[in-house]
Parts: sequence; structure tokens; C-alpha cells
Amino acid sequence: MTDAAVYIGHEKPSQLLGGRPHEGPASKRIVTGYGFWIFLLSDIVMFSCFFAAHAVLINQTAGGPRGSELFDLRSVAAETAFLLLSSFTCGLAMIAADVRSAKWYQIGMAVTCLLGLGFLALEFREFADLVGRGAGPTRSAFLSSFFTLVGCHGAHVTAGILWLLTMMAQVFAKGFRADIMRRLLCFALFWHALDIIWVAIFSVVYLLGSAA
Amino acid sequence: MSDQHLHHPADLAPGDEEEVRVGPRLLGYCIGFGLAIILTATSFFIAGTDLVWQPSIPVALVVLAIAQMGVHLVFFIHITTDPDNTNNILALAFGLLIVFLVVGGSLWIMDNLNQNMPPMDQIMQMQR
Repeated sequence: MTDAAVYIGHEKPSQLLGGRPHEGPASKRIVTGYGFWIFLLSDIVMFSCFFAAHAVLINQTAGGPRGSELFDLRSVAAETAFLLLSSFTCGLAMIAADVRSAKWYQIGMAVTCLLGLGFLALEFREFADLVGRGAGPTRSAFLSSFFTLVGCHGAHVTAGILWLLTMMAQVFAKGFRADIMRRLLCFALFWHALDIIWVAIFSVVYLLGSAA
Repeated sequence: MSDQHLHHPADLAPGDEEEVRVGPRLLGYCIGFGLAIILTATSFFIAGTDLVWQPSIPVALVVLAIAQMGVHLVFFIHITTDPDNTNNILALAFGLLIVFLVVGGSLWIMDNLNQNMPPMDQIMQMQR
């Protein structure tokens, strides 16, 4: 007799093992959100490789400038404030979406977008300034790893802003449908994860780099 | 709310909150924002100050960064220790394991090499 035959007319294996009865497959929102969570964690693992490279190469300046001679911490503080505030307004926009308030949702997302653009503008100015001073990514291994790590985060923020604008347009055109709400869930996760990575960047790259 | 729902709460998608009322949710975001500001300000203050013992600064910065990431995870991504969050926590724990292996392992190995290998110009001379 096979195992399958034993269960005919009896409880399912999950119940025999103390599982929850009458539990169907997880809802689409959970499956989508969980899948995106796995992607975000793999993204964080990718960033950890860049962090490891930067930590290893931080003294390989090839006679060029060190971080403490390059970084403008006031600009970094402003970038941090922009991104942190945008994470907050993104959360507020998600609350507005959950109570189906299109007006406050669009306002919250627009503010998030402006703060993200402000962050990108400051980062672009910083990069242009570094390249102008002869401290571009080709100057030393330290600067290569710096531009790769911080630039990769900036590319993520750029993609996030494009996604943000798409979500504003989709809610405007289609309303708060279930599939749109799933995309919003993923977008909010993405945006908050970018802020978490920035916390690591300003602490490790800028503050530790300036102290060293 | 049904009895079954009370005893067997369904899983939550990462990012979703159990709380559905607007007031407490707003309060949660405000608390998280406030804590994040305090931790960020402390980081920037510690990095430039002469008030504390200098060798303690890197350690303090790392601790503050980890604390702030925790604040973001709890108040913005709503990761909790509830049973409905078990899958999310386990995925996060595995991700963190890989992160620590990659970062810690790289630093450990490269530091070891730096200490035990002769400088690069000497290696080049030996190869001649």
C-alpha cells in the first residue's frame, strides 16, 4: 500500500503533523510580496559584495586622495535627510492608498518623488565635483570601488523614481485595483530597502571613510 | 472576526501591517522617523567629535548603523516576531547570514593576506 492510499478518507498529511486545517494556498498578495522580498534580499547580498570590495580597497589609493580629503559631509547629511524623509512620505502614501484616498496618495508620492530627485541631484553634483577634481573612478582602486558602490545605489534610486512615476500614473488611470495594490506593496518595499542600504553607505563609506 | 481567524492568523506579506487603523499606523511611521533621525544625527555627531575616545568611533558608527537598519525594518517594513511573519524573518535571516559571510570573510581573508604577504614590489622582484 502506498502512502497516498493511506490518506484516502483520512486527514491530510499537514493535519496529521499539526498543520492548519482548511488552509488553501497563500494569497496572491503574500506570494507576490514574498517573492519581491526574496529579490530585495538578493539585491542586498549583491550590495554586500560591493561593500566588501570597498572595505578591502579603502587604503589602495595609488598615491591619490583619501576619503577624508574628498567627502563633503554636509552634502551627505542633506542626501541622508532627503532619502529618510522620502521613506517617511512613501509610508504615508501607502497608508493613503490603503484607505483609498487618491488625493493624499498622489500628494505623498509626488513629495517622495521630489525628495528622491533632490537626493539624485546632490549625488550627481558630488560625482561631478569629484571627477572635476581629478578623483574620478579611474584614479585609484579605492575610488573605483567608491563609485561602483555609491553609483549602484544611485542607479537603484533612479529606477525607483521611474517606478514611482509609473505607479502614480497607474493609480491615476486604473484606480486602487488589487493588482495595482500588489505593485504598490512591492514599490514601498523597494524604496524602504534603498533607504536601509543608504544607512550602510553613509555610515561605512562616508563617516568611517572620513574618520580613517 | 471568526474564531478560526483568531487562533490561526494568516501569514502577512512583507511590508504589510497587522494594524489597519490609520491613527496607529501614522504613529508608527512617526516613531520610526523620529528614531531614525536621532540615530542619524548621533552618527554624524559622533563621526566629527573630539568628545569621545577616538578608537571607539568606528565601533559606535557600526552599532548605530545596525540599530537604524533595525528601526527601518520594524517601523517601515513592519517586520515583527509574530508567527505570521515567520517566513519573512527566515528569509531575512538567511540574507543576513550571506551578507556577514561575504563582508566578514572578505575582510578576514584580505587582512590576513596583507599581514602575511610581502609588499607587491617585493613580489615583483622575486619573480624576476
